[in-house]
Amino acid sequence: MTTEPQAGNVWPIWEVFVRSSRGLSHVHAGSLHAPDAAMALRNARDLYTRRNEGVSIWVVPADAIASSDPDSKGSFFESPQGKDYRHATYYIKSEGVKHL
Amino acid sequence: MSTTPETALPAEETAGHGDINVGVTGASGSGEATASATRITPGNALRPEDIALAVSRGSAKPSEDAAEFALRLGDDALILAQRLGHWISRAPELEEDVALGNIALDELGHARSFLSYAGGALGEDGTARSEDDLAYFRSEHEFRSAALFEQPNGDFAVTIARQFVVSYYQFELYRRLMSSTDSTLAGIAAKAVKEVDYHRDHSAQWVLRLALGTDESRQRMIHAFKVVWPFVDELFHDDELTGRLSEAGAAPQPSSLREDFDRLTGEVLAEAELEVPNVQPTPGGGRRGLHSEHLGYILAEMQVLAREHPGASW
Repeated sequence: MTTEPQAGNVWPIWEVFVRSSRGLSHVHAGSLHAPDAAMALRNARDLYTRRNEGVSIWVVPADAIASSDPDSKGSFFESPQGKDYRHATYYIKSEGVKHL
Repeated sequence: MSTTPETALPAEETAGHGDINVGVTGASGSGEATASATRITPGNALRPEDIALAVSRGSAKPSEDAAEFALRLGDDALILAQRLGHWISRAPELEEDVALGNIALDELGHARSFLSYAGGALGEDGTARSEDDLAYFRSEHEFRSAALFEQPNGDFAVTIARQFVVSYYQFELYRRLMSSTDSTLAGIAAKAVKEVDYHRDHSAQWVLRLALGTDESRQRMIHAFKVVWPFVDELFHDDELTGRLSEAGAAPQPSSLREDFDRLTGEVLAEAELEVPNVQPTPGGGRRGLHSEHLGYILAEMQVLAREHPGASW
């Protein structure tokens, strides 16, 4: 609840993460406006768990999330391509090695 | 063991509810027990349809007193739902629009359950009445809602003040009604109390924010409680009906809820640095069919379509 109300009567945006009843991790569900964290949780409950979707909710101020630059896709995400040796399937089991 | 194609049909198809098969009567093949990892189920809860079915089968039949009491609670919820529905597309923010809409739908669900049950008591012509008969084809003096529920929405603060009083009242009522000797009333209350608990939280959060927000929001919150508070007393009036129901263990005396209501609302008001308004209570009379000038207009809007086209479905 440290987020200060913004000027101009515009509520800040919050990103919502919901853990479903049988899911292991919280999954990004969407975003919403709310004046503070307590109300963001309640709005998230009203908007994203109306059909029995969740058992736990996280809300995060959208501006607290640092995201990767879509324009640097090449240098950020394409470098692992072709590097077969980073996958276990690249390796052949040596003869006589136990417990593999 | 082999099965014929008819008997091999999944339970959902034979029950006719498709994916949403959660009826209490057919609970063996539905709900949490068969929930899969990939399918979201609506869960298992008492629905108005289940009550209507139990009433039509004769397995749930209210006493005359229980029916009259269900009518009061059903009318409270119905009229409030109609009032709250007016906020849809008009709330200060989209998110709040959805929040008020959700609360309205919760209240409408409670109304449907209570009215479905109340309809099980025979009408003047000796037949049972449906929730729609009761909602759309009764006139003003036949409604049993208290005056608070029909009060105009006012500004957002007035709506929040009304909701604050209603949800703290309904929570105390439903909490006690869960142990009613009337199992249908107890079942409806058990479902409703969880929803009303959230309504308390929603309205309390807003009372705090408006009262401790700007000078403008604080003045509006103070004004709102002055507008709403005269209608509080009526909620806690005992009468002959509640006396008989209380005697039978079917419902609490309204006056017995007052202490907890005062204490819990008082805690929130104190945190919001607000005083309990010192205002003259209205005489009430809604439980006897005496209403303020507002109810007629609500009913006109709510009932016009059903009365223009009786029996129509869409």
